[in-house]
Amino acid sequence: MSDSQPKQSRREFILNLSEKLPGWLLVLSTLNPQSLLAGDEDKYDPTEHNYAMGVDIHKCIGCGRCADACKNENNVPREPMFFRTWVERYVIPTNGDARVDSPNGGINGFDELKTDVEVLRTFFVPKLCNHCQNPPCVQVCPVGATFTSRDGVVLVDANYCVGCRYCIQACPYGARYMHPVKHVADKCTFCYHRITKELLPACVEVCPTQARVFGETDKTSSPLRRFLRFNDIRVLKAWLNTEPKVFYAGADGEVM
Amino acid sequence: MPQQLRPLIILFAVLIAGLIVTRQLLVPKSFGEYGHYRGKAEEENATRDVAYAGYQACADCHEEIFEARENSRHSGVACETCHGPAAKHVDDPFESKPKIPHTRDFCPLCHGYNASRPSGFPQIIAERHNPGKPCMSCHDPHNPQLPSAPTECAACHRDIYNVKMLSHHASLDCTQCHDVPKEHLTSPELVKAKKPRERTKCGQCHAKDADSPKSIPRIDMETHGHRYKCWDCHYPHYPEASL
Repeated sequence: MSDSQPKQSRREFILNLSEKLPGWLLVLSTLNPQSLLAGDEDKYDPTEHNYAMGVDIHKCIGCGRCADACKNENNVPREPMFFRTWVERYVIPTNGDARVDSPNGGINGFDELKTDVEVLRTFFVPKLCNHCQNPPCVQVCPVGATFTSRDGVVLVDANYCVGCRYCIQACPYGARYMHPVKHVADKCTFCYHRITKELLPACVEVCPTQARVFGETDKTSSPLRRFLRFNDIRVLKAWLNTEPKVFYAGADGEVM
Repeated sequence: MPQQLRPLIILFAVLIAGLIVTRQLLVPKSFGEYGHYRGKAEEENATRDVAYAGYQACADCHEEIFEARENSRHSGVACETCHGPAAKHVDDPFESKPKIPHTRDFCPLCHGYNASRPSGFPQIIAERHNPGKPCMSCHDPHNPQLPSAPTECAACHRDIYNVKMLSHHASLDCTQCHDVPKEHLTSPELVKAKKPRERTKCGQCHAKDADSPKSIPRIDMETHGHRYKCWDCHYPHYPEASL
């Protein structure tokens, strides 16, 4: 039998293969859609990133959608003392000290301004974990449960945290809280589960005025780099040398 | 070897062995993989379900609304800003429906008058603004319109205006460099204001032989910056910034 069949030459075989191979790959990929995508180049590599955020105070309208979205996305307890991000209202009188308030983190909006003093300036400032490059919270953790990930995000290992609250004390920005159910420290992760899937953090996604800019410090094409170039940038409590990675544009001295 | 050393050596050997064994048992395997933490924790933080799908996901099905919004004043407002987290809806459109905020207390979260908001942001006093009437009976949230067109650029471009006011370009009108068609004031997303495209625009004031006040810094347009556009290096709204 085999003798009578025309033998396929090597040349024909390869030509044949080049025609049919894409089709076969397509068939195989429908069986397991991940098989084609899971190539090395598509795999998320944390060492290639260094995430940071910019906040433009001129643009913040204090709607509190960021704080609300953060609670939805990260299952943060709804009680008004637990926040991963929140919005503060600054009221700077012509005489005297600045006043800051943040009723329920700004989620229900802000009441009309009622003060007995003459107001010089007033504005909103969104706050969150600054993901410091020199984080005091990581330094004080006795068990190594909070750490800077390879992509520059300060994370909490909820399965390893012993709930000693040292980090909450150490954070100069008040960005951490004790989770009332899990009894571990909890904080902003830049929505680590989102950014590793190339989505924006929830607060950046919902911000209606683009007051928050998310990006990377080391990539010229990142929108954050443009933001840093074109604005007068300040960071919070710079004198503590924590080297925050949340950059504020248009921030008054009172905010620092 | 002195006799009393033997029990001590045995004791220490047992203690050290005990330490090694307990460390093996208690310290998680991935600890120290990338630093002084459990390497697995990175992965654990990354593997969680998302609640917000991202506005691009909505475009797949709601094309018309998406396009209307894209060309409106709400072009910067993501769908989930008002409709809430919708990842479940993307997974199964019939099982889970995102909310539609009908009540009058939602829109004022952004548009209610508040002295702390940036000036120029459209605001109303909800108590006096058609009390009891739902916002959507007059305004289409996917393509909202203003009753009257703004007259100054700063009404919408406040942030740029603020930066410019601090710079050496403070005294310049926006129209010095930008061509602003009239229609831009009424439909800003459809008819855009024009940005300068040529180096000659900056050269009108900054070229060596330009007819402008002497105090303005001059450059030789032929040799300065070669093939680059001026704004590749200088931010026109804040020219003294270092890039």
